[in-house]
Amino acid sequence: MFDYVWLIPVFPAIGFVINGLFGRRYSKKIVGWVACSALGLSFLTSILIFLELIGRPPSERLFEKVIFDWVISGSFQTVIGYQIDPLSILMAVVVSGVSFFIHIYSVGYMHDDPGYPRYFTYLNLFVFMMLTLVLANNFLLMFVGWEGVGLCSYLLIGFWFEKDSASNAGKKAFVVNRVGDFGFILGMFLLFTSLGEHGIWTLDFTEVFANANKLDTATVTAVTILLFIGATGKSAQIPLYVWLPDAMEGPTPVSSLIHAATMVTAGVYMIARCNVLYSMAPIALAIVAIVGVATAIYTASIGFCQNDIKKVLAYSTISQLGYMFLGVGVGAYSAGIFHLMTHAFFKGLLFLAAGSVMHALSGELDMRKMGALRKKIPITFWTFFIATLAIAGVPGLSGFFSKDEILWQAFSSSHGHFLLWLVAAVAAGMTAFYMFRALFMTFFGESRVDHQVAHHIHESPRIMTVPLIILAVLSIIGGWVGIPHVLGGANHIHEFLAPVLGGAEPAKAHAGITLISQAWASGGEAGGHSAAWELLMMVASVIIALIGIGIAYLFYIKSPALPKLLAEKWKGLYQLVLNKYYIDELYEVLFINSLKGLGVGLWRGFDDFFIDGTVNGLAYLIGWISGGLRKIQTGLVQSYAFSMIIGGVIILGYYIVRAIFY
Amino acid sequence: MWVVPSIPPALFLMLSGILFTIGVIGALTRRNAIIVFMSIELMLNAVNLSFVTLSRFLQSMDGILFAFFVMAVAAAEAAVGLAIFVMIYRSRETINVDEINLLKW
Repeated sequence: MFDYVWLIPVFPAIGFVINGLFGRRYSKKIVGWVACSALGLSFLTSILIFLELIGRPPSERLFEKVIFDWVISGSFQTVIGYQIDPLSILMAVVVSGVSFFIHIYSVGYMHDDPGYPRYFTYLNLFVFMMLTLVLANNFLLMFVGWEGVGLCSYLLIGFWFEKDSASNAGKKAFVVNRVGDFGFILGMFLLFTSLGEHGIWTLDFTEVFANANKLDTATVTAVTILLFIGATGKSAQIPLYVWLPDAMEGPTPVSSLIHAATMVTAGVYMIARCNVLYSMAPIALAIVAIVGVATAIYTASIGFCQNDIKKVLAYSTISQLGYMFLGVGVGAYSAGIFHLMTHAFFKGLLFLAAGSVMHALSGELDMRKMGALRKKIPITFWTFFIATLAIAGVPGLSGFFSKDEILWQAFSSSHGHFLLWLVAAVAAGMTAFYMFRALFMTFFGESRVDHQVAHHIHESPRIMTVPLIILAVLSIIGGWVGIPHVLGGANHIHEFLAPVLGGAEPAKAHAGITLISQAWASGGEAGGHSAAWELLMMVASVIIALIGIGIAYLFYIKSPALPKLLAEKWKGLYQLVLNKYYIDELYEVLFINSLKGLGVGLWRGFDDFFIDGTVNGLAYLIGWISGGLRKIQTGLVQSYAFSMIIGGVIILGYYIVRAIFY
Repeated sequence: MWVVPSIPPALFLMLSGILFTIGVIGALTRRNAIIVFMSIELMLNAVNLSFVTLSRFLQSMDGILFAFFVMAVAAAEAAVGLAIFVMIYRSRETINVDEINLLKW
């Protein structure tokens, strides 16, 4: 079965070709069937390979399938090849699975759209690229997928390109991603050349990681930081996160698939894949963790004041991605990947449910014009509710286990720090608050729906609700593969990923814990047992989450006038957060305008003045000279004859003079 | 029997030079094309004279040979040139070289 790994990405590629070439001639039904069955087959193949991999002993869970030689140039060669190991196959299962459900959902959601075949063409292409990214066995092929998903993201954000805002958002996403990709390319180049200095010209993952110990720390740090710049672009971290909120201009299933569940997690996957390199560079790891946790709390705070339901989810996605980076940044790669997986379930579900709400309300996005939808669209409500519980970290649901794993690792791992834990825990409380705010504003309270919209509120068709229910189930049970030992679980996922991501970080009493212990020692509680600490931390984070939920309940159910009062009281702060800290405006001034100025300057100064000036100036000069010279052509034969004679006299004169004087 | 006094060749060459100069001045200054043409013939004949003189002086036939070539070419040139003048006169009613200045800027 392993030899057929190439089928996983090839199925969506076939779907892409069929729908891309002939989609417009087929009926919508056939287009939908082609797209969904391509994904279904891909999902099935991933599952089968996954099961076969599980059947092997952990030490033999690595398999590379080379399809063909791609580039052979001197001592460098690279192949089109796919790698099966626990990490890649887990990603493949999650990506193809979530994509499959979202494809089915899209059949219902996009049904009346004239761009239906185009939509599924892009969507299939996206899945192909994403699977190439996660299954690639070398950096170059991974980069192909990396760029490919960026392209599809651009195409799908700007899917309704007649809308100015949508096409602008697409461009913004693409350009911001290019900035990050530049870092990725540089990182790849640096890695390639610095390994080449040791005679190893390769980009193959296995070979690179096997030889990584030949590199010195400075080089590895540079490589990993450059790669992380790529990840900040693709995974929307500070400072390149600005494109993701705008990406909500795309169709909602696209936001769900690309901008929540799969593509934006590529950066996390990449870092987990390069864990060997990152573990060699503690500085880079610290940067990853700090950027991650800063993004988590920063964007969570923006989520407080957003009124567009998709924007709330977008900021929440950025915030959750920050958690994943915090996880991988403290060296807890499997915790990051675990959260990536559970996040794919519950955030994918949140977006799909939001899409279902929009569907019910004829495309309304503003939560101020929703409310009291709980009874009218019950399936959407319950699934949204489950996902909200999951993301808020309510015990028992998937988000709780993965987020808690990250929080615990942020505190306890040797790269962790108490401050990282504190900020992340506060951000978790904020997450709980704004998610429940969204839930309460949408489904509870009094109906603020427009009258003409109100009378045809309807539950979505079954083709949309079934994927919601499946993802809701996954949002509940998805975390059970990673129940920590302290709660009596086996943490299967951690064990499963261990061959790739390294064994469990022993939770030893190190700086973080000692710090706390010392701080609390005065209270009579001397250094605790690490399991006790883990439980304590868990309880603390649950309490923080419950506080967040409680505040949301107070603000939006109990006394709905309160938020307005607070907004009045701290008007400046409210405006600042409402306008997303004016970061877009700041970037506009700092980068866009200066680049625009540079472009205009080069256009006017260099192109118009220098290049055009040179060419036109030469033409004028020649014209001017010939204008003078042509006066010689008088048309009078005698003047020509005169010049001939003058010439003759001069030549003769020369010889005569020479004859006389020499 | 009277002896023809030998005239030094320098005198012939001087005559040739004077004739050539007259031809040049005529060709450059006269406006009637036929006169210009005649001046050119004069220049050719001046050259012929120096050819023959030098041929005699150097005891070589080359110069005389060249003089015949020049005469043949001059004859052909006269025929063609006069025909051109006739045609020009027919179309422009003048053979004044000042007015025949189509080839100008």
